[in-house]
Amino acid sequence: MNKPKTIIQKIWDKHIVHHEEGKPDLLYIDLHLVHEVTSPQAFEGLRMNNRKVRRPDLTYATMDHNVPTKNREVIKDPISQKQMETLQKNCEEYGITLADMYHPDQGIVHVIGPQLGLTQPGKTIVCGDSHTSTHGAFGALAFGIGTSEVEHVLASQTLWQERPKTLNVQVDGELGSGVTAKDLILAIIAKFGVRFGTGYVIEYTGKAIRNLSMEERMTICNMSIEAGARAGLISPDETTVDYLIGKRYVPIGEEFETLAEEWRALATDEGAVYDKTVTIQAEEVEPQVTWGTNPGMCVPVSGMTPDLSKVDQKEDVERALAYMGLNEKQPITSIEIDHVFIGSCTNSRLSDLQKAAFIVKGKEVNKNVRAIVVPGSFSVKMQAEKEGIDTIFKEAGFEWRDAGCSMCLAMNDDVVPPEVGVLLLQIEILKEGKEMEHVHIWLVQRWQLLQQ
Amino acid sequence: MEPIQKHQGLVYPINRANIDTDQIIPKQFLKRIERKGFGQFLFYHWRFDDQGNKKFDFSLNHSIYNNASILLAGENFGCGSSREHAPWALLDYGFRVIIAPSFADIFYNNALKNGIIPIQLKMAQLDQWMDQAERKKLTLTVDLVNQYIIDEDQQKVYFDIPSYHKEKLINGWDEIALTLQHQEKIDAYEKNNV
Repeated sequence: MNKPKTIIQKIWDKHIVHHEEGKPDLLYIDLHLVHEVTSPQAFEGLRMNNRKVRRPDLTYATMDHNVPTKNREVIKDPISQKQMETLQKNCEEYGITLADMYHPDQGIVHVIGPQLGLTQPGKTIVCGDSHTSTHGAFGALAFGIGTSEVEHVLASQTLWQERPKTLNVQVDGELGSGVTAKDLILAIIAKFGVRFGTGYVIEYTGKAIRNLSMEERMTICNMSIEAGARAGLISPDETTVDYLIGKRYVPIGEEFETLAEEWRALATDEGAVYDKTVTIQAEEVEPQVTWGTNPGMCVPVSGMTPDLSKVDQKEDVERALAYMGLNEKQPITSIEIDHVFIGSCTNSRLSDLQKAAFIVKGKEVNKNVRAIVVPGSFSVKMQAEKEGIDTIFKEAGFEWRDAGCSMCLAMNDDVVPPEVGVLLLQIEILKEGKEMEHVHIWLVQRWQLLQQ
Repeated sequence: MEPIQKHQGLVYPINRANIDTDQIIPKQFLKRIERKGFGQFLFYHWRFDDQGNKKFDFSLNHSIYNNASILLAGENFGCGSSREHAPWALLDYGFRVIIAPSFADIFYNNALKNGIIPIQLKMAQLDQWMDQAERKKLTLTVDLVNQYIIDEDQQKVYFDIPSYHKEKLINGWDEIALTLQHQEKIDAYEKNNV
């Protein structure tokens, strides 16, 4: 019998184009997703060297980072405008499919890949964006790359990669009621630290992971990068197969059945060995809130900010508290909220909006709070509107926007003024940036704070 | 990519862990479509206030660090977003070598592609230089070919770097051109698999 393998090893081995002992492997890339911010210099490089895009048919582009989420036609910043025009021009020149700002398939690149069925188990998927790990939810090996690597994939459809170490994050038991996937991944990062995944590809396993829906799995894999891992994935199962039925880029009929069999066979074999395993008990996980400047600075919503006398790396904690305008030992529920943002590639899918709407229904946003909802894709937006979710948000006093990365990155106009607290209900990046300099961001999943 | 075999330069120390790529170059400066010109925005919110005036509580603005080209930093340098604008900004500002106890995976690769030498050293080894550089001008010489760093007191510290990365840095090779030498293998792979 063959030696049991992890899904990571299976996908890796299948994609090796060239192998030399002691060197990185040349891996074939099945899907390359492209957006406007990290691609212009890559296309320019191709042009300068008179190179072509090897497989425009395996490349798919959209606009998400810079796009306005209201009044699409008004792009105030001429440099943003130029970046989007450049993508348009590049896609036309090289024959790449583009879902531009007005296209019905437009959306955050990590939302539309799965939604269109471009993302499939067993694929190698790259994009010039660290949250490419999201696609790992399907049992794909998906990771973020830099612009030089974008150019390399455009030119050759391959990448040189060192075989990663494998890390099993095993989540036993069952999540408590009202505890979400976002809480789980934040709790994992808080427990093991923002560097524990560096150099590894994570596979999430265990009963609590198996019980998650596909959209919840995407939330988990999305934040692998916040744990330091370039990629995180989950072995495919019936949940995965069911999700993919009928998606536009997924074959139908007999071909689908054959594919589904291949997908099931990708799952990690019993007895396969990982380089490292960590475990966490799902019942221990409470709803989480981050209080600081990195996603590991995270406590249960019932908790408080750290006690400075009890922390390692006191200086970092002190700097983070000062930056956030918080005191040590301050109860999380005492933090005032000025802005609420629901969106981002972590949590802007239909089920996220459904859950949020369920809690918001019949309530009102405090008059001192500005609250916006930015669906992850045009299609999510349309579906939500069909279900009347937009009405629930609008009646509660939320702004209902068009799809994009929005405030998570704040490259478009969705920037928060200084000196305010933001409740980023569904978002994972914490920054010490300009507009954000005194903007305090809490990553939480709970809505009670909103209702104070 | 410019070849780099040996580099001697002034050290700038920044003793913080988890410096992310948004701190290295904030997102509002990612809109350019060129690779050059990002140095002026390096560590922008640490170097400048809201009006664009230099902040002198951030030591990179102190004249003793003018023309620094070797950066010493804390653990997990370059974490967060995959933006290659981070190494572009560091390089454009003048940094050719970054020494830290650990690097985020994507940043490490991005640095290498741009001819920056990322060197991993244990914190204990780094501490002494970090401390010296915080107090006075410190010049280090990095010998990539022989894989050591030497200071003004002739203290020599060896470092590891995978040989394939070293070879590319030393020769300034165009990685895509190297890959395209395997074109036949790529064709064959596609024929059998895609």
